[in-house]
Amino acid sequence: MELEARDQKVFSRVGMWLFLLSEILIFGGLFLVYAMYRAKHPADFHAASMELSRFDGTLNTTILLTSSLTAVLAIFSLQELNKPRRAALYLAATIGFGFAFLVVKAFEWGAKFQHGLYPRAAELGTRPHGEILYFGLYFTMTGLHALHVIIGMVVLSVMLAWVLGKKVTQQRSAVLENAGLYWHLVDIIWIFLFPLFYLIS
Amino acid sequence: MASHAESAGHHTAFPWFTDHGRRPGLRGFLTSTNHKRIGMLYMAAVLSFFTIAVILGVLMRIQMLSPDSTFLTGQAYNAMFTVHGIIMIFLVVIPGIPTIFGNFFLPILIGGEDMSFPRLNLFSWYLYMTGAFVVLASLVLGTGPVDTGWTFYVPYSLKSTVNVPLAVFGVFLLGMSSILTGINIVTTTHQMRAPGMSFFRMPLSVWGLYSTAWVQVLATPVIGITLVLIMLERLFGIGVFDASKGGDPILYQHLFWIYSHPAVYIMILPAMGIISDLFPVFSRKNIFGYKTIAFSSLAIASVGSLVWGHHMYVSGQSDTASIVFSFLTFLVAVPSAIKVFNWVATMYKGSVKVDPPFLYALGFIALFAIGGLTGLVLGALSTDVHTHDTYFVVGHFHYIIFGGMGFGLFAALHYWFPKMFGKTYDFKFATVSFIVLFVEFNLFYMTMLILGWAGMPRRYYSYLPKYTDLQVIATVGSWIMVGGLGMMFGNLVHAFFRGKKAEANPWGGATLEWQISSPPSFENFEKVPVITHGPYVFAKEAKAGEKGK
Amino acid sequence: MSHVRYFYVWIALLVLTAITVTTAGLNVGRVGIIVVLVIAATKSTMVLLWFMHLRSEKRLLLKLLVPIAIATLAIFIGLTYTDILTR
Repeated sequence: MELEARDQKVFSRVGMWLFLLSEILIFGGLFLVYAMYRAKHPADFHAASMELSRFDGTLNTTILLTSSLTAVLAIFSLQELNKPRRAALYLAATIGFGFAFLVVKAFEWGAKFQHGLYPRAAELGTRPHGEILYFGLYFTMTGLHALHVIIGMVVLSVMLAWVLGKKVTQQRSAVLENAGLYWHLVDIIWIFLFPLFYLIS
Repeated sequence: MASHAESAGHHTAFPWFTDHGRRPGLRGFLTSTNHKRIGMLYMAAVLSFFTIAVILGVLMRIQMLSPDSTFLTGQAYNAMFTVHGIIMIFLVVIPGIPTIFGNFFLPILIGGEDMSFPRLNLFSWYLYMTGAFVVLASLVLGTGPVDTGWTFYVPYSLKSTVNVPLAVFGVFLLGMSSILTGINIVTTTHQMRAPGMSFFRMPLSVWGLYSTAWVQVLATPVIGITLVLIMLERLFGIGVFDASKGGDPILYQHLFWIYSHPAVYIMILPAMGIISDLFPVFSRKNIFGYKTIAFSSLAIASVGSLVWGHHMYVSGQSDTASIVFSFLTFLVAVPSAIKVFNWVATMYKGSVKVDPPFLYALGFIALFAIGGLTGLVLGALSTDVHTHDTYFVVGHFHYIIFGGMGFGLFAALHYWFPKMFGKTYDFKFATVSFIVLFVEFNLFYMTMLILGWAGMPRRYYSYLPKYTDLQVIATVGSWIMVGGLGMMFGNLVHAFFRGKKAEANPWGGATLEWQISSPPSFENFEKVPVITHGPYVFAKEAKAGEKGK
Repeated sequence: MSHVRYFYVWIALLVLTAITVTTAGLNVGRVGIIVVLVIAATKSTMVLLWFMHLRSEKRLLLKLLVPIAIATLAIFIGLTYTDILTR
């Protein structure tokens, strides 16, 4: 009759996936706004996207994809191989990649600020509507995404501490799995953000 | 309400209040993760906020007694209808049944001992209370209460100098609480069912909660991000809703109603589920068309997510879109109508006993039917042009929300009161209260339908003299209705303190909550129940208290 | 179960990234958006199936969740298009 007798691990996975669903719908609302304005201003969106650095975007994509690899390897190391120290190393690598992502993003944003291409900037105000909307969406969506990267890094740091402190072990790894799921979702969102903002032909 | 009784030494009467003495007092209540106690926390909160919103409504009605009334300024009136709406919608009607009765009864109805995530459940309550206090704080702090309407339409919500960001942030927190509750309900329904409790043996009230929970998880995030966009637009001028930057104010309306229309199904589906439980019990007969009702709940949840554009026929939306949305709106009426038919068919050749819970259920049918039919008038493009933004709309949604969800909540209160508190209430007084409420409800809101049809616009603090008589009738109706509410709640509060002890199964119900003590013990069931049949199988004898197996 | 499959998936993801970047540079016009979205969807599906373990997931509910989310979004975006594109 006790809750412990039921599979707590299963509950937490179901609950986590439902939470990820709500996150998909949050970004989904922004993708909806993007879809509408791109349909109305296709040329402006293309012109505005030329202001972004495809190199930086590709670099960040590569960073996040690799961080997804290290994240799943961290879980594998703990669950399948029972090597907590190796798991901790992979977790640290994931966090490091997250940090690298944010550094690149900070440079990108800095470049936009320098060129006056941010909301309410004078230079942006001289551009056509489609470009103003593009940059409004760019900062909103990459900003919200970066916030989720930060949250993910915090969560993974806590996981790192718990793995080292033996609070998360091979037998009790549900919370680590869930943290991994969250990080992968952050990666998936970027997989869509990248072409939508950087690869408009 | 609960803490007084508890500290007065009612430990043995309410064993689940005190968790065998381990968590005494108010502090115990505020830290307990037990689903029944959390349900009580929500009940206290929801009913308190309901009272505040009713008072605001009464004040609005006083203003409307005469066209030259100076009781409220225009600004004050705008603030009143805004806050009345925000409180009623986000603090009372959307959370209402899932958080009070869903929390208290869902685990019991499926034979479980608690929700899947008890701590998350308590956190949801704290999130709800924080959001509520932020909203209420926006009434009094800073630049003054919000005056945009609960719909926060741009461009006014971007320009209005009052506490828009604060109120919007409060609603955002309430949305988060709703999402977490939805996650809890879906997971609990999938994971916590007792052996033998297949999906098609669950009570229909569970189907109602379950369908609702999906809408909570999938639709609420959209309003979350929309509110964030409002704040970003105000703070940084990103341009997505600002026409001077190419933004589209109608796109805001799309995003807002993508959530807020499914939200009304969050309001009504749990109520319909409870009504589906009541009809079999008070007809002593199995429900007509169990699977049809179950699938209709899912159909209403899904098709109801496709119709939001019917709020925007005259906003500047394209004709093509309006036609599409109108067609889909007519579709969503079908599963609701099917349910009404099935409920009524359940009574046929049944042994009907009109106890107070069933009175409210019958009231639900009548009021929901009227509200639903007026919805068809609004859903048709041509008639909507005439009725949009008039009192017809106000009458329509009060019939559906107050007459539907509200009376469903009152039915649930009267049905489950003996189970929750172990006390009975005065049936005669409950019946009289119902009659007062039902008659005055129609006096009040039918008048609004007539006013709206005659052209009275909504959200106006004054009006043409020709509407005066009907406005006065409506206001008087509102006073008598408040009296009826006072009688109804007063009866129940009196019973809470002084009522006679209730038996385990006063209605002869066959669902699991009637097979345990009144009130339930902390663990709900002594041993895990094993289910061998559906939820509405009754013995031939109609003796109250007879176990329905 | 070996960990090598994760590396294969990672390589595939990088290859798809390279393809999508190159395609964008080729200026293929209106088809471009469809190609990049298809590639993005493929990459996401690979992350979901292998990194997020949906491939070995037994519970039907969890396998249906992402399709439900996509369907919901598609409907929201699609119906909104009926307004935006016809004004």
